[in-house]
Amino acid sequence: MKLLTRKVVGLTGDGAAAEAMRQIDPDVVAAYPITPQTEIVEKFAEYVAGGLVNTEFICVESEHSAISACCGSSAAGARTVTATSSQGLALMHEMLYIAAANRLPIVMINVNRALSAPLNIHNDQSDTFGSRDAGWIQLYCENVQEVYDTTIQGIRIAEHPEVQLPVMVCLDGFILSHSMERLELLSDAEVKDFIGAFRPRTNLLDFDKPITLGAAAMPEYYFEHRFAQSYALDRALERVVAVDQEFGAKFARSYGVVEAYRMDDAELAVVTLGSLAGTTKFVVDRFREEGVKAGSLKIKLFRPFPIEAVAAALKNVKAAAVLEKAISPGAPGPALFSDVLGALYHQGVKASLISYVAGLGGRDVPPKSITRIYNHLQQIAETGRIGRILNYLDLRGWQ
Amino acid sequence: MKDDSIRKLDKAKLPAWDEIPLGWALLSEGSDDFKTGGWRSQHPVLDPEKCTSCLFCWIYCPDSAIRVKDGKMAGFDESLCKGCGICSTECPQGAIKMAEGAGALKEGE
Ligand code: SF4
Ligand code: SF4
Repeated sequence: MKLLTRKVVGLTGDGAAAEAMRQIDPDVVAAYPITPQTEIVEKFAEYVAGGLVNTEFICVESEHSAISACCGSSAAGARTVTATSSQGLALMHEMLYIAAANRLPIVMINVNRALSAPLNIHNDQSDTFGSRDAGWIQLYCENVQEVYDTTIQGIRIAEHPEVQLPVMVCLDGFILSHSMERLELLSDAEVKDFIGAFRPRTNLLDFDKPITLGAAAMPEYYFEHRFAQSYALDRALERVVAVDQEFGAKFARSYGVVEAYRMDDAELAVVTLGSLAGTTKFVVDRFREEGVKAGSLKIKLFRPFPIEAVAAALKNVKAAAVLEKAISPGAPGPALFSDVLGALYHQGVKASLISYVAGLGGRDVPPKSITRIYNHLQQIAETGRIGRILNYLDLRGWQ
Repeated sequence: MKDDSIRKLDKAKLPAWDEIPLGWALLSEGSDDFKTGGWRSQHPVLDPEKCTSCLFCWIYCPDSAIRVKDGKMAGFDESLCKGCGICSTECPQGAIKMAEGAGALKEGE
């Protein structure tokens, strides 16, 4: 057995992201502080001030400017990283589409936080779910180690010649961003070696090969352009898998695009993402101790959505629930639920699927609440009747 | 799937989706296919006495409407200048004034 001697530290999610950024040593970081992402920018600004990185750090006056500067620097051939959260991401919305459509491999760490109004600084996933059609790759993290690893992987994924798309690394506000956990760090040299040198495919500053980026496209061109971009995002799934496998082979940690936990013979399953995946596994273990065939499915990669992997994991369950911290007003169901349902339809899988919205605005989702979801699934499995499809966990006044 | 690296857009035939250049990056031709001259409701007027041919206007003009001859500022392109006034704002010599109307922009004027 190869004994790995790794530096073990205690870091918060924000600290881990900042440490990964230090090791990545991007050419440009343009970012604006916002709770609960602030610690990432603060910490990284210290690294810049202390000369620990060679990064050009651009202090901007808003998130719209931050992502605009990132688009410019990435198009100019600079490896570019930024970080934001909630209202900041909302303010970036316009430029998110431009970053993806211009195929700029920016990596952004987004600390998931509820959207106003009412003003709330705590965790849910409405911010990044609201950006799901912007064309970015979206990866969600369960714990602090995963934040660190995914940030490093994100660089490789974004910059892969066949991908060339921006990547969002999402972590739950406070639950991960401000909780200190044990994690193992790679050495600076290992990170450098893994991410390699940035070989930009667009370089606005190359006077010998001048290009125009961001030109208008009339109706004769626009549709084809948008399809090409969408196709590239679909194809990125293979690259996400490959980068994760290579990371796993080198550093003995990998995550997959989904993680099926005790799903082999599972009859009941909760599908979720982010830090909820950890709590759900804990509840699964409890049910397994009682002989209930429970399992859970963590969605690590939300965009592009891993249709086949999700359907394969759920094809034999008797009842499943999608648990997510976001609401889609007026929609037939919330975002993750709708995607899981779509994946099942794509693959011809019939499953009794219900939705649970939980934890909006940072409301705690403890094991005892998730236990009630499994109890509900047991009922559905026994009676064969789905009943109410859209459910709300721990919402006062809702039965 | 064809190689989607940056390449010259073949305007002779409309490209299929997999022939579109990566990220719609165009090799230098930019937007000069796109005749924006008709949008003009103001027009730039050059004072050749003040102009030092620093070519700031050439860099800033969003529509490739600044004509350059032998490295010197040589007036405006009638078919491309949309009259936005950016050149006038950016010219460090105050050599470009905007005037009402579409005007008649002749190269060399
Ligand atoms: S910016 Fe002004 S001075 Fe410079 S070339 Fe243009 S008109 Fe002449
Ligand atoms: S007004 Fe000046 S900057 Fe604007 S399009 Fe005409 S030449 Fe270009």
